[in-house]
Amino acid sequence: MPRHIVANVDEIPPGERKVLEVDGRSIGVFNVDGEFYAIRNRCPHQGGPVCEGYLTGFLKARIPGEYTYTRQGEILRCPWHGWEFDVKTGQSWIDPKKVRTRSYPAHVSSASAVQSDPDLETGPYIAETYQVSIDSEFVIVEIP
Amino acid sequence: MSELYQSVIDTDIHNTIPSLKTLYPYLQDFWRDYLEESAFVGPDAHDYPAGLPFSARADSKSSDGPPGSQMELVRSNTIDAWKAEIGILTCNYWTTSIHHEDFALALSSAINDWQIDAFLNPEPRFRASLVVPGQNPELAAQEIDRLGGHPGFVQVIVPVRSHTLYGKRHFDPLYEAAVRNNLVVGIHYGGASGHPPTPTGWPVSFLEEYTGMTQLFQSQLLSLITEGAFNRHPDLKVSFIEGGFTWIPSFIWRMDKEWKGLRHELPWLTEPPSAYIHRHLRFTTQPMGAPPDPVHMSQILDQMGSTDLLMFATDYPHHHFDSPREALIKGIEEPLLGKIMAENARNWYALPN
Amino acid sequence: MTVTSAETKTQVREQHAAIDCDIHNAMPNDVTFRKYLPTEWHAHHQSNGRRGHVGSGYPRAVPHAARVDSWPPSRLPPGGDLGFMREQLLDYWGFDYGILNCLGGAGGDLNLPYAAALCRAMNDWQVSEWLEPEPRLRASLLVPYEDADLAAAEIARMGDHPGFVQVLLVCRTREPLGHWKYWKMYEAAVRHNLPIGIHFGGAGGGPITGAGWPTHYMEDHAGMSQAFQAQVASYALSGVFDAIPELKVVLIEGGFAWLPPLMWRLDHHWQHIGNGAVPLKRLPSEYIRDHMWLTTQPMEEPAQKAHFAQLLDQLQMNDRLMFATDYPHWDFDAPTTAFPVELDSDLKRAIMADNARNLYSLL
Ligand code: FES
Repeated sequence: MPRHIVANVDEIPPGERKVLEVDGRSIGVFNVDGEFYAIRNRCPHQGGPVCEGYLTGFLKARIPGEYTYTRQGEILRCPWHGWEFDVKTGQSWIDPKKVRTRSYPAHVSSASAVQSDPDLETGPYIAETYQVSIDSEFVIVEIP
Repeated sequence: MSELYQSVIDTDIHNTIPSLKTLYPYLQDFWRDYLEESAFVGPDAHDYPAGLPFSARADSKSSDGPPGSQMELVRSNTIDAWKAEIGILTCNYWTTSIHHEDFALALSSAINDWQIDAFLNPEPRFRASLVVPGQNPELAAQEIDRLGGHPGFVQVIVPVRSHTLYGKRHFDPLYEAAVRNNLVVGIHYGGASGHPPTPTGWPVSFLEEYTGMTQLFQSQLLSLITEGAFNRHPDLKVSFIEGGFTWIPSFIWRMDKEWKGLRHELPWLTEPPSAYIHRHLRFTTQPMGAPPDPVHMSQILDQMGSTDLLMFATDYPHHHFDSPREALIKGIEEPLLGKIMAENARNWYALPN
Repeated sequence: MTVTSAETKTQVREQHAAIDCDIHNAMPNDVTFRKYLPTEWHAHHQSNGRRGHVGSGYPRAVPHAARVDSWPPSRLPPGGDLGFMREQLLDYWGFDYGILNCLGGAGGDLNLPYAAALCRAMNDWQVSEWLEPEPRLRASLLVPYEDADLAAAEIARMGDHPGFVQVLLVCRTREPLGHWKYWKMYEAAVRHNLPIGIHFGGAGGGPITGAGWPTHYMEDHAGMSQAFQAQVASYALSGVFDAIPELKVVLIEGGFAWLPPLMWRLDHHWQHIGNGAVPLKRLPSEYIRDHMWLTTQPMEEPAQKAHFAQLLDQLQMNDRLMFATDYPHWDFDAPTTAFPVELDSDLKRAIMADNARNLYSLL
């Protein structure tokens, strides 16, 4: 599976995201409490740039007035029609079985591993980051 | 006529009082005097202009009172004529539209006691709807608890033109009482809240107002679902009476679409709105608002997404058709026909086999 | 956040002509606005300012009800930056034309002469800052619609400008729009060959339902289709189409799936009940099909796609549906993905461009 370096770890602090093009595809990379997740920036509904929507929580209630707010910072709401997606799995809340965005494995790799990994394909971001922060860590996204 | 159908349950037959004097024996003295002294003539509604042929079939008229007020005539024109097993009376004397709430309760109770004496006791095939002061849900609950255990009452009836939308928590006492007494809540065409009946003001013609009431049914349905009325009262059943039904598929498409994007504002809705409609709502068949092309009617029936939703109604004494044959929904066959003509209502109102 | 949505871009451009019948341009700020406001109104504007039918607002899902990605880098409000609108909408999707429907309530101010001045300013601003710099754009003329004389005067002033292709009203008016108080405005529009466009929204002083004010934004948003139904019934039953036979009405951002059942019940009950003192010469649905157009957004989305084709068949208005995005609002419809089913190419061409081209006389 081709792997792409998409960002320097420091560049996407917790709660932040980066939207970029990898291999002709627009992808959003999210840092949720130190864990990285990557989502295709194309909403399964009408194709809106889903990664540019609010990153928010999931509101639950049994009846009006009894609100429970959970999973703050883990729910992505499409900037067009507001469908909600789980940033960790790409799953849509309204119909989890049928509707999901594509999510890609994302993980953090140390610089030495990057240099020694022959499978790694470099993404568009690589030119600058690879060169300047050789001892730092990079975010890698695998694109099947 | 009735050989057209295996069995028939008519879910919308209007009965009403012969005159306010009919209620005197059922009212306390001070309310009787209040009535006399104030020259009260009835709730301020013009649901059916008296001079319009549509408002009353010719055979419903009698010199003894307004159409729907004489039990024998109602019986012969409805359940006898149709060989119906059961006819559900829907008294649309809108005490909900009277601003004086205690007076509205007193009138409601008097009407309900009169319904028992004049319709339910003499004719066991009739069931009735409890008239309540819907503008005050606490008082309405009081009346529901007073008579809700009577086997003749199967429903509480309120007008679609309410002061406040029916989904609001304001109505909880009414809904709790209905559920407690195993009664359906019937929301019926008409009423007078004082609000303009449309979102764009007061219509000019009666036709505009009459057809526009369907939009108000849509608003009430939106309210019941978005406010979580069915989450708060999981056993609540609501019948929409005389509001039409061909609008339901398009309404569902819009509402389910809205929910997908605005769910976060209505987190108690764990399913699309259509699921609540299928579980908690039923609709009577008149006025049908039928498309001229029967193919379109079959499409609509299919698009409703459930065969349980429709319940046959004549809407007596209002004039929708000249014979039972005309009342048929063209192109409908068994088993759907049997469900619409009787079985859906039987299940909904828990009527005997 | 850096935004790169080139992926979507590469796959959307189809070689079909396309016209967007509902785009919202926005006044960037009050400084610009005052440049166009007649000086005699500056003191009033300063001291009293705008006053509408308050109490009808709901917090919307997003600021300005706009797509989160529609805020221009210039930090002007969504729809307020022509350059960004070109980039994100006109060029991006390759629209041949776009119709601007500027909202913001200028025509609905309670002080009607002031409303007239506000509309005048907005219309002059639209000419200089939108129509002149961008030949693909056409605009709707804002008018103080609750006063037919004042509205007719603005139509007379600007109605012959080639950039204006319709007169814009809102769906929530004080009276149902078939009411005779509006007829002089319609006569003026017809004199200048302009259709009347009725757009989602507005506030007419009454609640959005016949039973008072709802609680949630969704009830207001979805509830607008009840308001549209009331307007259509009013037009069809008012006799206005017999009195002003050239009148054309466009329903904008109301959806359209509710229309077949409405036409059925109007026809059916008219045959039973009649229409009182206003005799109709034809079925209500015939007036509707002859005099009305509809924009497609927000497209209804049946769970079963086949139902969408049935809807078009029931509607029988294939020559009257006109595609619209509603840019920059959040309930935006994308030209390539909004239709739940693949339309045949003639119908697609009609809805995407030809119907609007004919109505608005676009070359
Ligand atoms: S495009 Fe994302 S919700 Fe519609």
